[in-house]
Amino acid sequence: MSTFSLIIKQIINGLQLGSIFALVAVGYSMVYGIIRLLNFAHCDIIMVGAYIAWFFMTNFANMPIIAVVASILGCTLLGVTIEKVAYKPLRSSPRISLLITAIGISYLLENTAQLVLGAAAKKVPGFFTAETIRIGQVTVSTASLVTIAVLAVSMVLLTLLVQKTKLGRAMRAVSEDAETAQLMGTNINGTISFTFAVGSALAGIGSVLYCCAYPQVSPTMGSMLGLKAFVAAVLGGIGSIPGAMIGGFMIGLTEVFVSAIGLSTWKDAVVFLILIIILLVKPSGILGKTVSEKV
Amino acid sequence: MSRLVPTPSTGVIPERDLGKTPVLEVVRLGIDFGGLTAVDDFTITVGPTEICGLIGPNGAGKTTVFNLLTNVYQPTRGTILLNGVPTQGKSVHEVNKMGIARTFQNVRLFKEMSVEDNVLIGLHNSMNYNIFESFCKMPRYIREEKRSHEKAMELLSIFNMEHLAEDRAGSLPYGVQRRLEILRALATDPSIILLDEPAAGMNPNETEALMQNIQKIRDTFRIAVMLIEHDMNLVMGICEGIAVLNYGRIIAKGTPDEIKSNPQVIEAYLGNRRNEGA
Repeated sequence: MSTFSLIIKQIINGLQLGSIFALVAVGYSMVYGIIRLLNFAHCDIIMVGAYIAWFFMTNFANMPIIAVVASILGCTLLGVTIEKVAYKPLRSSPRISLLITAIGISYLLENTAQLVLGAAAKKVPGFFTAETIRIGQVTVSTASLVTIAVLAVSMVLLTLLVQKTKLGRAMRAVSEDAETAQLMGTNINGTISFTFAVGSALAGIGSVLYCCAYPQVSPTMGSMLGLKAFVAAVLGGIGSIPGAMIGGFMIGLTEVFVSAIGLSTWKDAVVFLILIIILLVKPSGILGKTVSEKV
Repeated sequence: MSRLVPTPSTGVIPERDLGKTPVLEVVRLGIDFGGLTAVDDFTITVGPTEICGLIGPNGAGKTTVFNLLTNVYQPTRGTILLNGVPTQGKSVHEVNKMGIARTFQNVRLFKEMSVEDNVLIGLHNSMNYNIFESFCKMPRYIREEKRSHEKAMELLSIFNMEHLAEDRAGSLPYGVQRRLEILRALATDPSIILLDEPAAGMNPNETEALMQNIQKIRDTFRIAVMLIEHDMNLVMGICEGIAVLNYGRIIAKGTPDEIKSNPQVIEAYLGNRRNEGA
């Protein structure tokens, strides 16, 4: 294989991984944007989504669409439920209470999964019958192409939703000034629930794509994925949707190329090194705005 | 000048609004913050097309009254009837839907959003389509968005601001931001609009134009206006009824002429005559 096709292949791998990070990072960013909460339970929503995908793929292997739909619906429902049960009662509490609750929910989900499904990893059957596609000299996996395409479609739809619909406008207004939005007739509880629903649905899509790339599920699978997606969100500028996407791609490509040059044991370290550098040099991220806190 | 007549609940409204349900009927409203009584025994009646003023020295509780009327604060005592319906227990956005909208002393636009989007936020509740329809580009989504766009442009045309529709709200000059805030409030289709110091920071010419605009809005939309203002030319020039607030209590109510000659009001604003001489 020539160096050129090797590089192309690695770029595609990087974009695939980056797409998954981006989908998860967008969820982090949207929730942060609207209620200023780092939703640490977000990564475990992905874990639950992956288990749903595993369950349906094991039992209805010839109909992957069922697994996809079930994962997305399951994640959406879980995200909205968590918001209603755990976060909404704390709306007027100090933000640190909300953050601690999010960490608590994260542990609750992880440990429930361990209790019910066991700590051992389970194998997810393949989603695609044709494993690879050949384009010219380059052979790429079907999963990579599907992942990148799904991300592209999701991001276009999300951008249209946020920019062109009344719910998107309400989301932007609540994120900028919730009290004024309320006085102008915006139902902020509804808007926040909707934001959680969209973020969690994207996590559901992410979980299925993750299962395509790494076909196994375990109760703690969400934590590393979640942390890296969080780094991606911070890198791109937390609260910014295009930022989360750029951050996701950058982290994905970095990880793949660090591995490709033979330093795969260092790939996690490099990702977190990026986080440290970003926080030191430009804490607001690539597309984030420096905002002065209201006191 | 219009004449004010008494209504059943101890308030006064313009003669032409007599016999109609008052847009706002507030009876013995009060709120305590801890041990401090910020507003007490606040009773006022506003006719459906009345322009009324709420004046008083700094810290008298005027903005607190606005926060009570919009349910941002829950009153400790008293009743608020909006178009005859009590607002007690309603959430802030529900009270807005019932017909009350406001502007702010220090402009609070959605600065990162475009001028048109700011108005569209106000039109939010009049848009009637759901999320699935917007994804599938259903006719209703297209129709409703188009109708709202036209409505937004129509509202912007009141202040000749159509050409600014795409601009970022935060980039507008101060005076234009204040006007946009009024339009955003009007977009929620209120029956009464509360203006919190609309003339603050304006020069006499701008204030003059604002007075005409407030009257134009009242006449075009057939709504009531309640304004907090320190500029006495504006208050005395356009308000039909005026309530004077001091230390959280209404010390005088009446027409501009009555207020101007009321000894208690003069005392609240200028101090006691005897002390002056000493």
